[in-house]
Amino acid sequence: MESTEQIQKDLEQKIPAVKLQLERDAFLVDRKDLIAVARFLKENESYKMDYVSCVTGVDYKEYLECVYHLYSMEKKHGPIVLKVRATKEDAKIPSLTPTYRGAEYQEREAYDMIGIIFEGHPDLRRILMWDGFAHYPLRKDYVPEDQDILDK
Amino acid sequence: MFVIWLLVISRTEMDKPETTLDTQMLEVNIGPQHPSTHGVFRMNVTLDGETVVRLKPAMGYLHRNHEKIAEGASYLASMPFTDRLDYICSMTNNLAYAIAVEKLAGIEVPERAQYIRVIMAELTRLVNHTLLVGFLLNDLGAFFTPTLYAFREREKILDLFEATSGARMMCNYMRFGGVKADLHPGFMEKLKEIVENYPRFLDEFEKLLTENEILMSRCQHVGILPKHLAVDASATGPLLRASGVDYDIRKVDGYSIYPRFKFRVPLGSVGDVYDRYYVRILEMRESIKILEQAMKEIPPGEFISKQGATGAKSPRTFRPPKGDAYGRIESPKGELGFYLVSDGTPNPYRYHVRPPSFINLTILEDMCLGCKVADAIIILGSVDIVLGEVDR
Amino acid sequence: MSYGLGILKGMSVTLKQFVESYTKKGSIVTVQYPEERREDVERFRNFPILVYDEKPEAPRCVACDICAKECPPKCITIVRDRDEQGRGLQKPKVFDIDLSVCMSCGICEEVCPFDAIFMDHQFELSAYDRMESLNYHQEKLLKPNSYLHQIRPTDATQIDAKLKAKEEAKKKTQPGTTA
Repeated sequence: MESTEQIQKDLEQKIPAVKLQLERDAFLVDRKDLIAVARFLKENESYKMDYVSCVTGVDYKEYLECVYHLYSMEKKHGPIVLKVRATKEDAKIPSLTPTYRGAEYQEREAYDMIGIIFEGHPDLRRILMWDGFAHYPLRKDYVPEDQDILDK
Repeated sequence: MFVIWLLVISRTEMDKPETTLDTQMLEVNIGPQHPSTHGVFRMNVTLDGETVVRLKPAMGYLHRNHEKIAEGASYLASMPFTDRLDYICSMTNNLAYAIAVEKLAGIEVPERAQYIRVIMAELTRLVNHTLLVGFLLNDLGAFFTPTLYAFREREKILDLFEATSGARMMCNYMRFGGVKADLHPGFMEKLKEIVENYPRFLDEFEKLLTENEILMSRCQHVGILPKHLAVDASATGPLLRASGVDYDIRKVDGYSIYPRFKFRVPLGSVGDVYDRYYVRILEMRESIKILEQAMKEIPPGEFISKQGATGAKSPRTFRPPKGDAYGRIESPKGELGFYLVSDGTPNPYRYHVRPPSFINLTILEDMCLGCKVADAIIILGSVDIVLGEVDR
Repeated sequence: MSYGLGILKGMSVTLKQFVESYTKKGSIVTVQYPEERREDVERFRNFPILVYDEKPEAPRCVACDICAKECPPKCITIVRDRDEQGRGLQKPKVFDIDLSVCMSCGICEEVCPFDAIFMDHQFELSAYDRMESLNYHQEKLLKPNSYLHQIRPTDATQIDAKLKAKEEAKKKTQPGTTA
């Protein structure tokens, strides 16, 4: 596996009109480019990132971030970390489920907990909380209903 | 019982004296209080006669928002909660969390502690796989004889855990930069006894099961998971390796000191329930090999890093630098990962668990389609889920 | 070909186990609790106790609240004792642990800087009602140091030595007290 800078250069060369930002070891991808980047990484012979290990969302107060950890089972290398950002008002990120089946439940969980709406997900329902639940519990502004229990 | 009753109903519907059989789909909820689902887990199954045509898992009955609790507690205080994710393998849960935090804070682990960790992790693998094989047989209808044989052997390992960490199942033993306490005196003798006797037990267990014709006809070519689908759906652990994909994080990442040990990664060829059963048996034999090597090589020394703020004695002064880290290990059930984001305070900003049994359920439907109800039960059993981890 | 041979082989295992349970010593592993009991291991941990040195009115605990803050399920409640003028004393007025919440993880023992709280070996803690008798107060939690020596001899000896060394170091830094 090359260094992240090399990968960045390589990706920007090979996928047209994609700009990647390097953030520590991760690539910050614009949400409109996410599917193109992921598909390229999955299919390109020198990467073969066929395994999405971990999908999760983080609430950074100003924006929401979705983090993908991609590995390769065939070439046994990785990870390549993709980060996608969206504002809270427009928390829409294209879904990677059509590209990677393994993202299905993890994206449902991120939707359930953080409230990121994955566009193109075949079955975006709540998975751990019940259907009528109105909040997203892992957002920083979520107020638990029974405060006494946590503040004891 | 309810399922059987419904099946009887559907059968009598079909047996009506008419010239053409007018059947209709039947929707059955298997669970949440069903003995075969290993906990409070529900499968929404649509049946055509006895054949599964649609299956949707429903979970969340045990949900306690582990991740939110961890955001309000110090790094150390989440350690006992990780025990309760996969309550059969608390040691590997501790290990995964410790590795993630060490990656985040850059803590070195002393040699002896690494060996202790590997020994505990491999013993946990023995516990988990033995127990799973027992329960798989329970699902098949071999009621409790194999399970109790498995329990008998598991008890011996749990006794070791108790003597070292203080608890049988909720060990809470790993710490950032090492382990909580050194091995207790007399540990090595007991471990040696287990390592010597375990192959004998496995031989006996295999004699009881592996060539059993009923087991073979129930398990072979049932719930086949093709290679490409297993990779695409992020299946990990024995489920993936039974489909013939050579991917073991102990080998790939080489975390802790695993590169020092010689062991093979057993692979299946067909990817059915029988392969999953047999891969686990073989994995146990490899674990014993690792244990033998670790027992010989374990050096004396520190059991916890003396590097300063490791969070073991003063959790409030333990503040990892800003940043994020993803630590993953090969837990007995698959890839167990922890994604942590630190903002420089004593509490993690974000704490995410990547639970193997939750993600392995993604392809449950694909494996069950076209099978009978009884097959769906053993396919679920062979995936090896623990609901504490699925629901978190 | 020879269908059923595998089953017969398997049956021979169960038959062997059945016969051995009568003939071979040690093949019955079940412990007939409560008539029989398992061997006590020193590191076993369950529900905490508070330790005092001489008298229960002066426990080692100084009500620093560290264990209550660090307790993962937050089952410890501590209120510091005050004298008549309202100044804080170095001991707790209230020290409650809720047994129904405690998960016996042992974090309190680990973080305690004064070696005042320890995990007990007592695990038969059933009660008749759910609220009051499961909330353990200070009086019920306090145990003498000799009890700690009884259940955990190695740890207790080590801790005693550590405390003694601390005391002596304190005396050295304050020469006025010895004169």
